[in-house]
Amino acid sequence: MCLGVPGKVLETYKLHETLMGKVDFGGIIKEVCLAYVPDIQVGEYTIIHVGFAITRLDEQSAQETLALFRETGLLEEELLAADDHAAASETQPS
Amino acid sequence: MKYLDEFRDPDLAKRLFDEIHAITARHWALMEVCGGQTHSIIRNGIDKLLPDKIELIHGPGCPVCVTPLEVIDKALAIAAHPNVIFCSFGDMLRVPGSGQDLFSIKSQGGDVRIVYSPLDAVKLARENPSKEVVFFGIGFETTAPANAMAVFQAKQQGLMNFSMLVSHVLVPPAIEAIMASPTNRVQAFLAAGHVCSVMGYWEYEPIAERYHVPIVVTGFEPLDVLEGIRRTVMQLEAGRAEVENAYPRAVQRQGNIPAQTILKQVFEVGERKWRGIGNIPNSGWHLRGEFRQFDAAAKFAVEDIQTQESPLCHSGEVLQGLIKPNQCPAFGKECTPRKPLGATMVSNEGACAAYYQYGRFVSLESITS
Amino acid sequence: MTVGVDFSEWVCPLPLRDYPNVIMGHGGGGKLSAELIEHLFMPAFQNNLLETLGDSTIVTVPQQRLALSTDSFVVHPLFFPGGCIGDLAVYGTVNDLAMSGARPLYLTAGFILEEGLSLSALGSVVERMGAAAQAAGVQIVTGDTKVVEKGHGDGLYINTSGLGVIPDGVHIAPQNAQAGDVVIVSGTIGDHGMAIMSVREGLEFDTVIRSDTAPLNHLVAAMLAASNDIHVLRDPTRGGVASSLNEIARSSRKGILIDERKLPVNPAVASACEVLGMDPIYVANEGKLLAIVARQNAEAVLEAMRQHPLGQQAAIIGEVVEQHPGLLVARTGIGGTRIVDMQIGEQLPRIC
Repeated sequence: MCLGVPGKVLETYKLHETLMGKVDFGGIIKEVCLAYVPDIQVGEYTIIHVGFAITRLDEQSAQETLALFRETGLLEEELLAADDHAAASETQPS
Repeated sequence: MKYLDEFRDPDLAKRLFDEIHAITARHWALMEVCGGQTHSIIRNGIDKLLPDKIELIHGPGCPVCVTPLEVIDKALAIAAHPNVIFCSFGDMLRVPGSGQDLFSIKSQGGDVRIVYSPLDAVKLARENPSKEVVFFGIGFETTAPANAMAVFQAKQQGLMNFSMLVSHVLVPPAIEAIMASPTNRVQAFLAAGHVCSVMGYWEYEPIAERYHVPIVVTGFEPLDVLEGIRRTVMQLEAGRAEVENAYPRAVQRQGNIPAQTILKQVFEVGERKWRGIGNIPNSGWHLRGEFRQFDAAAKFAVEDIQTQESPLCHSGEVLQGLIKPNQCPAFGKECTPRKPLGATMVSNEGACAAYYQYGRFVSLESITS
Repeated sequence: MTVGVDFSEWVCPLPLRDYPNVIMGHGGGGKLSAELIEHLFMPAFQNNLLETLGDSTIVTVPQQRLALSTDSFVVHPLFFPGGCIGDLAVYGTVNDLAMSGARPLYLTAGFILEEGLSLSALGSVVERMGAAAQAAGVQIVTGDTKVVEKGHGDGLYINTSGLGVIPDGVHIAPQNAQAGDVVIVSGTIGDHGMAIMSVREGLEFDTVIRSDTAPLNHLVAAMLAASNDIHVLRDPTRGGVASSLNEIARSSRKGILIDERKLPVNPAVASACEVLGMDPIYVANEGKLLAIVARQNAEAVLEAMRQHPLGQQAAIIGEVVEQHPGLLVARTGIGGTRIVDMQIGEQLPRIC
């Protein structure tokens, strides 16, 4: 039910009174229906399912999510590294 | 591709896997609702890398699997009509009805065509005024707006030769039905991300509260699925039961209002039978009165359809997570992907087909060692 | 998609009677048939053997093992970005011969024409076949034409059969894969299938993806020059890399393990697959090969491939193993594993 692919809006226009647009999917350009994202701007990203944009893709949110992933487990890594360092310095001859 | 590749990063996946391993203390049974999530899990080999304590039950979120047998048989009858161009998404072509599937109808001379978008079917209706063009309108809430627009446009353009065979299903009633079942084992849900893009997730809040079950809106790329699982397990370990959004780049609490507006204009809620599960009240969408002329079920009065589900098929129990596919007596014997008895063996993300791939010859442990 | 034949390129001016389309008479064996042969097929295929115009053509071959192959071509649409049914008809059979290590020599060509097919379309296909035969270094030495009534044929079907010779010492067969062997692909996968998909009704893209149809025999010759220890060659046509490797795994009763991240895929093809929910590993190719090579010779073969225009993006994608015999297993992008099963029937676009 859920194959939704992100694409970048290249242009928008009306066809049979419906808002349509050309969307760029990593080099593949396809005509899709933008009726459900009426405020979408050229250059923004949207998620397309069966030829329809179902939502705008919030790029800032995407970057924040990725940043969160990069931090996952980071605190533990730092603690582990600190432990290793402490253990190493204990074994140094003084 | 931008906004896909970043969410498939193997290093970040490892971080999430490690984190999930670190926080999982007890056994938990999670259900991922959407077939697209099941597909991603199998495709990327995710579930074998999760801790053993996490059990993923594949949910009924596969419109292919749950489209009622009567509707498939009706589709087959309509497609066999000499003057009909029958349009469908690719997913439905191999689903067995009581005797055949759309592929066999095609081989017998039926004009069956695969389309990418429902608007392609509307275009065909415009270009073939002497033919009846019927579109197989299946799907969950994600697909309903597209199907609604097709009917809307057909009405606008006066395309009287266009009609839709509607079989839409809704997720929240299905989740309720699962939770209300006395044999239910599901302790948390990964809600379907793109369904929620359309409908929002406010509908799940009363369910989470009533059944004390965490519901986390989850995306489809590997990192999204892992993040959904991570947040779900965190809630379970802490005894919380809330609705959380782990797919914020594509989902907002209120959903897509323009889409919901059209949906309300074109469809109304009604009863829907789910293949393998049975009737779930208020779980389906039907065309509203003013669009009835575009309802293929009414247009093509199909008589005398004898629907006959295979008595050997247990897909209903599989869909509800009550049995595992390999616990079905027909699994791998009378029922295989080549000769499927039920939809869960046909669909790419049907639980039975997935199991058949995995468990048939070897356990994946022996491969990964 | 209309393709006009450029008559200025024709060897012989075209005094075909004024029939713009194929009619039943063209298959009748009389004057109309003779005209087709004389003014369409002969100029395009251009060789002395064909010009003998006997019921059969006599050829001589060196004293080596012979390889025979046949294939029928029913592709629709007839013309697609990067080629047409004519290219496939020649290269398909040339490649099947090359996959046994054979040097392809002669082809036959049988045509089933649907009444109403435009002669300019036919002329264009036949002209391309002639060019393809030249590029592959083979001769089309005999043929046949039949016409079927309108509605009974999809425009044009072509069958080609081929004859080739296998040099001494070359032993290539799917059973020969051994544990420890390396799996090499000659270039990007999925181009042809997605090129077809891109023009099929309802699945149109604005961007052009081109079919990779090409003759592989020269590439194979270069590989054999680098090593005589090539165990298996296969061109992954219908069903893609997945089907071919599954077949090899079954024939050899070995397992094959590949790393998905090593599969070369054109960005446009990758994107098109994403949009349609398809997996490039199952998509057809018409100008690529898979080679299974003894490990110690892998580098030499790979190097020879990369020197050749059709192998520039050749890559090692996996290995043959003792475990999971008969199965193809892939390491996924995130470090998981999945079994890559044979598809039941054609891969279809999905929405789920």
